[in-house]
Amino acid sequence: MSADDSVAADATDGDAADAEPSEATAQGARDAADHPLVVENLRKTFGGITAVDDASFSVAEGSLTGLIGPNGAGKSTTFNCITGVHEPTSGRVTFHGTDITGMATHEIAQQGLVRTFQIARELPEMTVLENMMLAPKGQVGERLTNALVPGLRDRVVEQEEELLERAWQQLEFFEIDHLAEEYAGNLSGGQRKLLEMARALMTDPEVVLLDEPLAGVNPTLEEKLLDRIHELRERGNTFLLVEHDMDVIMNNCEHVIVMHQGSVLAEGTPEQVTSDERVVEAYLGGDV
Amino acid sequence: MSSPTESVDPTEDAAGDDAAAGDDGREIPGWTPYREWFRDRWSEGGATAWATALGHLLVGGVLFALVAGFDLGTLPIGGSLVWFVYLSVTVAALYVATAPPAEPYVAWLEDRWMESDVDKLLIVLGHVVVVFFVFAVALGLPFNGLMGALSSVLFFTAVYAMMVLALNLHWGYAGVFNIGIAGFMAVGVYAMAILSSPTEAGAASVPGLGLPLPIGILGGVLAAAIVGLVAALPALRLRADYFAIVTVAFSEIIRLTLNSRTLQEFTIAGVTTGTGGATGITMPGNPVRLLFYDGFGAGAEPALLGSVLFPLFRGLRIELIPPGSSWLGVVPLPAFTLDLAVQPSVISNWAYVVVLSAFVALFYVLLVRTGNSPFGRVLKAIREDEVVAKSLGKDTNRFKIVAFMFGCGLMGLGGILWQGSQGFTNPGAFRPIITFYIWVALIIGGAGSNTGSVLGGALFAGALWEGPVYVRRVVTNYVDFGSTPSTFPGAVAPFVEGEVLPFLAFLLDNVSALRFILVGVILVALMQRRPEGLLGHRKEEAAAISLTRPGGGGGGGSTTADGDAVADGGREADGDGGAR
Amino acid sequence: MGISETYTRGRDLVTSRPSVLIVAGIVALLALDLVRQIATPGGLSTTQLVGYLWDGLVVGLSIGLAGVGLSMTYSILNFANFGHGDYVTSGAFAGWAVTWVIAGAGQFDLTTLLFIGSVSTRDLGVSAFATPLAIVVGLLVAAAATIVLSLVIDRLVYRPMRDEGGISLLIASIGVALALRYTIYIVFGQRTRGLTDAQSVPDIAIAGGFGVGGHEVALVVIAAALMLSVHFLLQTTKLGKAMRAMADNEDLARVTGIPTERVVRFTWIIGGGLAGAGGFLIALERGAMNFQFGWVLLLLIFAAVILGGIGSIYGAMFGGITIGIAQSISLVWLPSEFSTVAAFAVMIFVLLFKPDGLFSGVTTA
Repeated sequence: MSADDSVAADATDGDAADAEPSEATAQGARDAADHPLVVENLRKTFGGITAVDDASFSVAEGSLTGLIGPNGAGKSTTFNCITGVHEPTSGRVTFHGTDITGMATHEIAQQGLVRTFQIARELPEMTVLENMMLAPKGQVGERLTNALVPGLRDRVVEQEEELLERAWQQLEFFEIDHLAEEYAGNLSGGQRKLLEMARALMTDPEVVLLDEPLAGVNPTLEEKLLDRIHELRERGNTFLLVEHDMDVIMNNCEHVIVMHQGSVLAEGTPEQVTSDERVVEAYLGGDV
Repeated sequence: MSSPTESVDPTEDAAGDDAAAGDDGREIPGWTPYREWFRDRWSEGGATAWATALGHLLVGGVLFALVAGFDLGTLPIGGSLVWFVYLSVTVAALYVATAPPAEPYVAWLEDRWMESDVDKLLIVLGHVVVVFFVFAVALGLPFNGLMGALSSVLFFTAVYAMMVLALNLHWGYAGVFNIGIAGFMAVGVYAMAILSSPTEAGAASVPGLGLPLPIGILGGVLAAAIVGLVAALPALRLRADYFAIVTVAFSEIIRLTLNSRTLQEFTIAGVTTGTGGATGITMPGNPVRLLFYDGFGAGAEPALLGSVLFPLFRGLRIELIPPGSSWLGVVPLPAFTLDLAVQPSVISNWAYVVVLSAFVALFYVLLVRTGNSPFGRVLKAIREDEVVAKSLGKDTNRFKIVAFMFGCGLMGLGGILWQGSQGFTNPGAFRPIITFYIWVALIIGGAGSNTGSVLGGALFAGALWEGPVYVRRVVTNYVDFGSTPSTFPGAVAPFVEGEVLPFLAFLLDNVSALRFILVGVILVALMQRRPEGLLGHRKEEAAAISLTRPGGGGGGGSTTADGDAVADGGREADGDGGAR
Repeated sequence: MGISETYTRGRDLVTSRPSVLIVAGIVALLALDLVRQIATPGGLSTTQLVGYLWDGLVVGLSIGLAGVGLSMTYSILNFANFGHGDYVTSGAFAGWAVTWVIAGAGQFDLTTLLFIGSVSTRDLGVSAFATPLAIVVGLLVAAAATIVLSLVIDRLVYRPMRDEGGISLLIASIGVALALRYTIYIVFGQRTRGLTDAQSVPDIAIAGGFGVGGHEVALVVIAAALMLSVHFLLQTTKLGKAMRAMADNEDLARVTGIPTERVVRFTWIIGGGLAGAGGFLIALERGAMNFQFGWVLLLLIFAAVILGGIGSIYGAMFGGITIGIAQSISLVWLPSEFSTVAAFAVMIFVLLFKPDGLFSGVTTA
């Protein structure tokens, strides 16, 4: 991230703070109770191109919310703005009432908002287990002194044993435990997707942002992945699912956000959204 | 799967060469049948292949001599013919070393190699010892000379192993491309020297602060780590290759500053100290010496261990066959005495090697612990894909800075144990070339593997650093070269006329320059053919515990539902076990 | 732009990047101090200052000339070539061997001349003014020999590694650098040898007691001419366009049918030629050389190229001159032994604030 970005963001941040109407804040406060993730007036431009244009939506606690839209609707950029990969040009992202706009990616992840990538990004020269055990938060062994000093290392070893057990459980849950000692780079595309989601869950996230988790996955595996997502949701996780495939979203999500040309076109239950004329037009007008 | 012997398998090489030749040679009449004939003989391997190669060399040499207009009949005995004699002997020796007679030995080596890391180290060090024993015998060195040569090789093995281990943390784990090692070493050594040198300047050097040595060493390590921090700050923003150039510029800034006359001696707050400038700086005495002597001075008397060991080893000669003895009182036997006498200086050198080995072990333990921990796991993840590490909540900048500082501190300590042990150093010891040596040793051993780092240090010190010097000594011991030409044209002129010896003598005289060329060529060859080095492909799991299922046994459990199969629980992934 | 907007921008700058202001402050302070020193009677004289600037320009142009080749190979082949300094040395040795042979044939022993051995430079009398033909031929040979050398090394070392990452190539280039440097060491020996006859080089006097050396002028003129011609070559020819396309995106260039191997070859030809010619001219200007002068220069060349931004010819020139002037003007405040330190420090400072160099984003132009 370059210094120029931060200048721009700081400047607009200041402006936004000055001009902000009090009702927006009230809205944010109300949503925070049952909507952990709130996006307000998000805007992101690259040079002259506006990728996200005044998008606002929120994700309800424990929900499986779908985010759909035709190609170039700004879904991925929205994702990147939420997770701190890009800095929004303007607007605000709050997580449990905390303003996380412009925070560093790792700080956002530590708050419990974790993402997966559209093209699975496993760490190829690390084993599946190493991939899994990398993820958990609050590892005492991430302090060099704890890793080195004999007395302190006992605690590290103790924690590693717990984490290992959790990693195995998670791998079993995703049915890839037979690959545990394999290099992640040797996995098939579908297995990588499973690993990616399992790894994200190792961080104990509250909200998981899934960027096209089903892209390039065969139907059997797709079924399995969706089953896992539903199961995890019942355990209390919240999911925001970006998908290109309309059917998947309509059959699985209870709340759907439709983006088009950078802004939110419609929002509601699958039924509400599919009956919305603008949505139909956007999908038929654009390329589905 | 690569084994250490693969490279000397002639069949393998032949396949490679043929593939290369197949692209280039075309449409020369008779070429194809000739090539097939050659390929057949070559792929037969063993004696046939070697004979074919040797025959080609001979024919080529004779052709060359004819074309160059030499009269074969009048060739001087020291001329080109000698070349072929040498070559034949070399090739024959190679053949004996690699073909049937060596097979059981090679097989045994392979077995041991796979056994454990300690075996690997023992194999490498054992070979170094054997080779130097042969050198010593060839040179007619007494036991004392052999021990001296070995202590020198082991000294370099140890110091390179330390430096490579520290570099491995930077490059092998965190993927930070540091080519400023010499600078961090210099900071450690000079900080230690300034802190711990006596306040009364001797004749040769500038006064120091006179603090106790442990404080000096600690200070040196901290200073190197802090300079590392300063250098690491740009690392967070720069591309790897820009960062490389910044680090090497940093190390040159440090060296030139130490070299300057301005800082040779200065006074701050009433305390006078300095860097000694280009003339260098004296080091506090090496405490290991106090185990043997009662002081640091040249006239110090033996004390403690010295008073016990020196007399013991000075006269250590075992008369196996006393003079004048005979077999059964009839057949006279030659007198034979096993001469194990060792000079005091060699004994204290060995003592320091032992101390260094302990430090290598310390470095190794520290770095293995660093690597096999959640900290090392994050470093590895940063090397693989920093964005992923960030998206999982890791503050990658913190990890990179801590790792870089830790590595630089260790480089400072390694520098102190290396350059700081010899009583005196100057800025010339910290030229960038030393950085590249350490890199070569790392690449030989294999970046990413701590055991490989130690092996790389040993191989570099034995084969590339000390080896060529001894080869020269052995050759000059056996071949009388006459006068050695002092310039290249002076050496080439006789060569063109068929006189090989002056040219060889010239090359041997320049063995230190040849060593640089050798290092360069090996670096290129490694990057082309085996960039992962000896052990870099190996799986060293980054975790504080063994990553197998507690109680359940590795792998197993549920079955694959989707048919995306990868071999179950394959310990060693070869890259071919990929998806489907 | 309104005043308030300017004000806001200024405020943002102050709050977000105070470091920039600190640097600007330091530069302003140094400039003020320079003016003060000139104003003080008995202090720095204008002649001295102009002398520093001229020295900086000469050194800077020679660095820039050698840097253009490095910059081009860097942008096209995507690796920092640590062997470039030794290409410079190789070119200089090849060229000067020929210059000496031409200048001294019949007068001295040919072998001694060919290996630039011990011959009195006074008796040999080589200079751009006394023996212009020998110098011109030497310059051409220096360029040609370095071109051949860089093509051979590319074939042997870099071509088999085309698909490897920049760092692997960089490490291999360190190996090439070592092998080249010490081959030169073995062939030509270690000593620093004088090359030209200083007596036959006229000093060109300019107003106020300030004069410039004839060889300095020669270097500036030839360097400027070479860089301009390379610029036109790249601007006007199809090859130049192909190079820019490849520097921008190699895969795309390949897909669109640009013969990438040919472009690589021409990159080495231009880069190697300039390195060799640069080495020859640097040795001409200094009047002496040894087997490692290119290596010693390499870090300064890197500093110049990075400063100017990889792939930009103007950048390399500008970076070279910046480094050269930083080096010489530092003499106003620092002892001469710190001039290289000053140049490196300038590079590190620039990289801290512009991590991609000053002309970042500009490619081969």
